Amino acid sequence: MTTVESSATTGTRRGPLTALLGGSRSRRIVWLLIGVFVLISAVRVISGEQELTSSQTFSAALLLAVPIALAALGGLFSERAGVVNIGLEGMMILGTWGAGWAGYQWGWGGAVLGGVAFGLAGGLLHAIATVTFGVDHVVSGVAINILAAGIVRFLSELFFIDNPAGGGAAQSPRLSSRPPEFSLPVLSSGPDLLGKIEAQHWFLISDLAGLLRGLTSGVGVLTVVAVLMIPGAYLLLWRTAFGLRLRSCGENPAAADSLGVPVYRMKYVAVLISGALAGLGGVFLVFVANIYREGQTGGRGFIGLAALIFGNWRPGGLAAGAGLFGYADGLQLRSRTAVVALLLLVAVLLAALAVHQGMKRRFLQAAIAAVFGAGALVGFIVIDELPPGIVFFTPHLTTLLVLSLASQRLRPPKADGLVYRRGEN
Amino acid sequence: MSVVRRIGLALLAPALAITVALVISAIVIALIGENPLDAFRVMTDLGDTPAQQVQSIVVILNRFVPLFLAGLAVSVAFRMGLFNIGVEGQYRLATILAAAVGAAVVLPGPLHLLLIVVVAVAVGALWAGIVGVLKVTRGVSEVISSIMLNFVALGLASYLLTGPLRGSEEGASVVTTTPIAESGWFPDLNGLLTGLGLAEPRSDLYGFLVVALIVGVLVAVLIKRTRFGFDLRATGMSPSAATASGVDARSMVVKTMLLSGAIAGLVGLPDLLGDTHQFGTEFTAGLGFLGIAVSLLGRNSPLGIAFAALLFAFLDRAALPLQFADIPSSVVTIIQGTIVLAVVIANEIARRLALRSAERAGASAATPPPLSGAGGDTPPDDGPGGGDQDRTGQPGQPQGAQA
Repeated sequence: MTTVESSATTGTRRGPLTALLGGSRSRRIVWLLIGVFVLISAVRVISGEQELTSSQTFSAALLLAVPIALAALGGLFSERAGVVNIGLEGMMILGTWGAGWAGYQWGWGGAVLGGVAFGLAGGLLHAIATVTFGVDHVVSGVAINILAAGIVRFLSELFFIDNPAGGGAAQSPRLSSRPPEFSLPVLSSGPDLLGKIEAQHWFLISDLAGLLRGLTSGVGVLTVVAVLMIPGAYLLLWRTAFGLRLRSCGENPAAADSLGVPVYRMKYVAVLISGALAGLGGVFLVFVANIYREGQTGGRGFIGLAALIFGNWRPGGLAAGAGLFGYADGLQLRSRTAVVALLLLVAVLLAALAVHQGMKRRFLQAAIAAVFGAGALVGFIVIDELPPGIVFFTPHLTTLLVLSLASQRLRPPKADGLVYRRGEN
Repeated sequence: MSVVRRIGLALLAPALAITVALVISAIVIALIGENPLDAFRVMTDLGDTPAQQVQSIVVILNRFVPLFLAGLAVSVAFRMGLFNIGVEGQYRLATILAAAVGAAVVLPGPLHLLLIVVVAVAVGALWAGIVGVLKVTRGVSEVISSIMLNFVALGLASYLLTGPLRGSEEGASVVTTTPIAESGWFPDLNGLLTGLGLAEPRSDLYGFLVVALIVGVLVAVLIKRTRFGFDLRATGMSPSAATASGVDARSMVVKTMLLSGAIAGLVGLPDLLGDTHQFGTEFTAGLGFLGIAVSLLGRNSPLGIAFAALLFAFLDRAALPLQFADIPSSVVTIIQGTIVLAVVIANEIARRLALRSAERAGASAATPPPLSGAGGDTPPDDGPGGGDQDRTGQPGQPQGAQA
């Protein structure tokens, strides 16, 4: 966290930390990630919780991060074009149902198409309401979330009850085929070198092996495609004329309009892409369980939105956010005791923050950070295992903590959330 | 613009929306091979005998009370351009803690009730206060933080219920807290019904109805007739103008969230004090999200919210008869969702019509149009979000998020 804080101030002056880590922003971020990884590794050694960096945890984290990243990517397209999309959750819900319905009939390929089509329909609804009718974006999004929950229940009652293939009012029949997977030869399958290194539990080296093995063994082909979409979105939005036009609608639609950019059409396209991506996120959730279940999204559309804000409306940032939430989610699913070890991590980070704030003579903030840090440390020492109700909200609490610690210097698209009417602005 | 015309415009939007929602629902029902007219008849049929009809009305009113309170809680924040999506978590956490405190003590009647209500209000306000404090100190969007706190509150409630506050036997199918002693039960209003010469219903009419109506009047007075209410509406319409006229926007955010959360704390109490007397896994869920819909439908005015809550309660009651008639009861949810979406669209159209006629009137009087739109000039009661043009989706505008 300290590096985040210091990077925020470098606009005017360079702190000692910045000088130490080197000038450019991307290099500082790389250093930050390495630092956090070393810290997690140290926490693993101290607490003895091997699950913290096991390849299974990272594998689960990747699996859970992808839907969040796709939802966030959907939010990126929409908000870069100036349309706030709280309806991501609803579009994701529609996507899960579409995937379940198409998947049990036509396999995984059908599931992808079905989920994307249903998400697209949700996006179309949002676009009609916000762009054509100029309804407040948040209001329309909330209405879509309510509507989506009702629609999927209704459709399930219609199609899945008394279905010979199985299913019921709250779930679909099983998917008829699974998407293809692969493992890297030699390293993660066959001789499985990484697995052997991981089993040694060496400081840092085994953790790195766990990370690499988690990311390379039993990875779905579609997961790779989804991960590649993130740099793809960057190239599309920041390196093409289409992307420039789309972003101009989110920054200054009136100016864009005066230069001949079809603002309404661009917004429509952006919100439709947004819905399709959120729907695809839902498809991945269905692939994890191999079945559609009601409530499967569990607020991941909202977490995707949080990842987008955390990532400062940039593809790289949202990927980091999604990775973080995916990791917290994967860890809480793998082991309830390992979550306790996270408290030690929180304690260390807060202690660092307290020292940092103290050096800047902000004693109130330093004291608050120190008190919470001490609380986390006590929690780590006292608690053995968290009850299920508490572990369940680890990712959500992590989201909130990270947002409140690091959401200071964010720059949303300038016209984000504003209703644009041609000729009125 | 004449008064008749203005009222006509105000009623146009809801009427249009409900018509559109009914047409869409009819199409949906027809698509699944049922007769829409049959379905609507089932939904509006309150019963054959007077006793059944009174019972149906009591069920509707009992559902109305929490929906009205939830709508009020959301609308107070809405008026300031704040989106309190966290009502769901606020009322669940408030209800379980109030139930636990209420079960732990035995006091003389009114005191016992008062204690339970105070605990619920305090918990709701504190939980919502976190959202306000995070927004003004750390610039975290209230939309995101209230959603995340929903999950935390639901997790906490489930932990408390299965852990320290568990009152039911191990292995019971429904986990509940210890029941509240009878001194903490809210008196019902059945006497009122029989006094009016109506049949005695099977279930009790919640006495909390009176509390809810009083809260509704209080909120109306607070928003319309007090300095605080003026500041609140002014901040909602234009944060910069309000700040310039001396309103402390930061403390207004926290105060509004506290108020919204305090009302949200009451949402679970009608069911708790009037019916179940304990919090359990089967306790009414989803009221917070319905509250958002009710608030949008009622255009953030207490009277409008009352009508909206009544409509939703009426639709909710229809779910069971629909099931008996072999029509999927989720039709009700679809109608509700469609009404909300149709209402926000219809409101926008009505606003545009009003704007145009005002402009025409202004032009004919050879004065400049009164509203020259940056899109942010929504009249207070018009836009579903109150001053929603302030980018509610984004965190911490005043605190230099643009830096």
